[in-house]
Amino acid sequence: MTSIIGPASFKFFGALPAVILSFIIPVVGVGIFAYIMARRIAPLVRANPDSRFDNIPQRLMNLITVWLGQIRQPRYMLAGVIHIVIFAGFLVLSIRSTSLVIIGMSDGFVLPGFDGGLGMVYNVFKDYAATFVLIACIAAAVRRGIIKPKRYAVPEKYGKDHTAEAVFVLGIISTLMISESLFEASEIAFAAQQTGEAHFIAPLTLTWMFTGMLSGASLGFLQGMHILMYYVHDLTFFFFLCFLPLGKHFHVITSIFNVFFMRVKKGNIKPIQYGITEEELDELESFGVKKLEDFTWKHMLDFYSCADCGRCSDQCPANAAGRPLSPRFITIKARDLMFKNYPLSGEIYKSEMLVEDIYEEDEIWSCTTCGACEQECPLGIEYIDKMVDLRRGMVDEGMVPQSLQKPLKALEKRGNPYGMMEKKRADWTKEEAFAAKYEVKDLAKDDASTLYFVDSISSYDDNIQEIARRTAAILTKSGVDYGILGKKEKDSGNEVMRFGEEMLFQDLREQNTDAIMDSGVSQIVTADPHAYNALKNDYTGLPPVRHISQVIAEKIAKNEVSLKPCSTPDKVFCYHDPCYLGRHNGVYEDPRSALDAIDGLTRVELERSRDRSFCCGGGGLMLFYEPEEETRMGVIRVNMAAEAGANVIVTACPFCLVNIQDAIKVAGMEGKMEALDFTELIEQHLK
Amino acid sequence: MEILVCVKRVPDTAENEFELNSAGNDLDRDDLVYSVNEWDNYAVEEAIQIVDEHGGSVTVVTVGDDEAEEVLRREMAMGANNGVLLCDDAFENSDGKGIATILKAEIEKGKYDLILTGAQADEGAGQVGGMLAAMLDLPYASLVNKIEVKGDSLVVGREIEGGNQEMNEMALPCVLSIQTGINEPRYVGIRGIRKVAKVEIPEKSADDLGIDAATVGEAGAKTQRVDYFVPELGDGAEMLEGSTDEIIEKLIEKLKAKGGL
Repeated sequence: MTSIIGPASFKFFGALPAVILSFIIPVVGVGIFAYIMARRIAPLVRANPDSRFDNIPQRLMNLITVWLGQIRQPRYMLAGVIHIVIFAGFLVLSIRSTSLVIIGMSDGFVLPGFDGGLGMVYNVFKDYAATFVLIACIAAAVRRGIIKPKRYAVPEKYGKDHTAEAVFVLGIISTLMISESLFEASEIAFAAQQTGEAHFIAPLTLTWMFTGMLSGASLGFLQGMHILMYYVHDLTFFFFLCFLPLGKHFHVITSIFNVFFMRVKKGNIKPIQYGITEEELDELESFGVKKLEDFTWKHMLDFYSCADCGRCSDQCPANAAGRPLSPRFITIKARDLMFKNYPLSGEIYKSEMLVEDIYEEDEIWSCTTCGACEQECPLGIEYIDKMVDLRRGMVDEGMVPQSLQKPLKALEKRGNPYGMMEKKRADWTKEEAFAAKYEVKDLAKDDASTLYFVDSISSYDDNIQEIARRTAAILTKSGVDYGILGKKEKDSGNEVMRFGEEMLFQDLREQNTDAIMDSGVSQIVTADPHAYNALKNDYTGLPPVRHISQVIAEKIAKNEVSLKPCSTPDKVFCYHDPCYLGRHNGVYEDPRSALDAIDGLTRVELERSRDRSFCCGGGGLMLFYEPEEETRMGVIRVNMAAEAGANVIVTACPFCLVNIQDAIKVAGMEGKMEALDFTELIEQHLK
Repeated sequence: MEILVCVKRVPDTAENEFELNSAGNDLDRDDLVYSVNEWDNYAVEEAIQIVDEHGGSVTVVTVGDDEAEEVLRREMAMGANNGVLLCDDAFENSDGKGIATILKAEIEKGKYDLILTGAQADEGAGQVGGMLAAMLDLPYASLVNKIEVKGDSLVVGREIEGGNQEMNEMALPCVLSIQTGINEPRYVGIRGIRKVAKVEIPEKSADDLGIDAATVGEAGAKTQRVDYFVPELGDGAEMLEGSTDEIIEKLIEKLKAKGGL
């Protein structure tokens, strides 16, 4: 009676010890892998600094939820579940793969602690893992190769289709699963024939099936199969390892790092350069990202980590509206450039201006910084900071479209993008009907505990001034002691910063900060989410800032304010989450709870709501930009509301109101659909 | 190529609301913000692009008071190499000919292949470019919307009424007045202006330029402003009212009635 010979003792042709091969494959494989990784790390070393070692508890939490827990995967259910199965299988099988490498050099090796009950439990687990991974691979291959979901398509201008690489890798993974199972099955079948004893195998697993299939095979065949499958697995394993850093499957290695280092704060923008104070900015030779190496190392790691799943672009409103922007290809184009400029062998090429080489100007200006892409990415890849950095580079080079130059200059001269006189900033308070009922304090003359920060659009836009008046009315009626900065208020600069004009932003911030601190208020309220975001996340040292919807929700909860029953109970309302209130600042429930406090108001949820809200077209300077696009984002959004059965879109942002009102006209839905600001609805219903 | 661009600081039409002063002889200038004349900005951009391609340098010059320096800095932030401020009490209230006289004196001190002005200025009369060319006895093209350098000469495109385009070959040196739309002027941010904040800008007086003070400024002005007012609205204007569709309907009717369609 003999037992099967393992790869560590096996001799090819009865003479050549297989153990040599078992030794050479890992050594060469690891050697090549280390070399490739060293070449891949080269650009990261030359990149700009990044500060990613703060907020460690939050980062560990991201690691547990986003990486290990894969919580973002089920947002796309089928693909997500398939990925979770493969990911979990990889984690389980990583132990088996490690011990297999050693088994090739030492027969019957088991990892410490795996020789008893734990090992038996593990074996059951890993047999099911391998089986499920194979099933998931087949499902994934059918999806990618036959069903071909739209989001994986590569538009012609962005290069060739990526399906072949995806299916090839699924083939590699399947090979690993099958060879591992056959390696084990051949041993069990061999032993069964020799001893007649049935070894326990987890039912319905690959190993179980293969053992059954091999039960009648000759001992010689089983021996050959055992050794063959070992080396098929060993070679495939190390080939796969070295193949990973060559394409989109690099994320198998980088994802753990990328998720650990992902964005932990929301609503903010990275500084011009980490490690440089604002006072030192004037000494910097260049601003923003102009060439590849101007990106930070984390942003380069993002490029490496992209799995090409297309979720960012699927969520991107600019992409949906046919603007020349697809976040997925912002990343893919940069990764292709990194691979090209930093080849695996030979010299490193000099980088050129990115916005001439791989990006177009309109592509970079098309982003509304809504954040839908970042919210979706299962790998924690960032886009907003990259867009802003690229814009900073363009601003520094003078590459700013004429449509944006005028409002920027007006902001510099007058503190608002419309070029209106400073002294007219508080003119919205002078409307006759309003002025007769309400008096708004000017904090330059009077004292108040709360500042109402109006910001430019609500101060100057004839139509939007109504939001300012309604907000003032709400504050008065709910007993808040408030005032405004009047002509001392400047634009909050939320978009000035996000359009890359950092120094102008700093100028505006300084003037506003001085005015706010001089006013002596203890809190700030605004009805403009863009102002809210800037004051909260881009300014420092200010009193706490709240959006009007938060103030209302709190007053309602404390019974300090009560609302009348709905004046239009036959209408169907929906709430559109403004990006800078929702996604960037997490205010989802307050506006909803305030609306729901109106008795008899019928409200439906849009399919794309909360952190999946669909940007209506962008605010601030984006209103001045003239993009190339097939349709307006606002029109898409209005159609979504119509599909949900709503006929009133309530929003809580002046820019959303402008965009949605315009979109209703463009879509020809006047009379059928109506846009309403939160403040208007609430003020109408205040008792 | 050595290029000189003449620029002017003007109240910005986009960022001001113009009202007459109480005396009724000028704008109320208390709350105005100023910037470089839009046409001049296009001229500077064109000069920078020519120099980028063919070498040389761009000098910007303005006749104005101390505050006019800000527009020189802005144009230098854009990429002009040098700035010259022509500043003297004697220059105040110069008419077009006076301004041309001052600029001519400065131009003759240097050696320029090409002199550019804006086609006109907000607040101006669109006369300095032509006068300057005549005084310098140089060839001149107005309303230029295209420039190609061809050895020692230029191929210059001009915008002609009715949307026609004219192309001319001109010998250098010459004077061109530049129309907006010839290019897309680059953006000048606060950072750009700060970078040139400390660059020395030479200031030249009437004496430095060798100008007889009596020939320029108020003393030398052959034209005097006698009145300044907002014209009263005349008859004949009609506002169409109603929804967009109704307005269009009414407009079509009117156009048909008058034989416009």
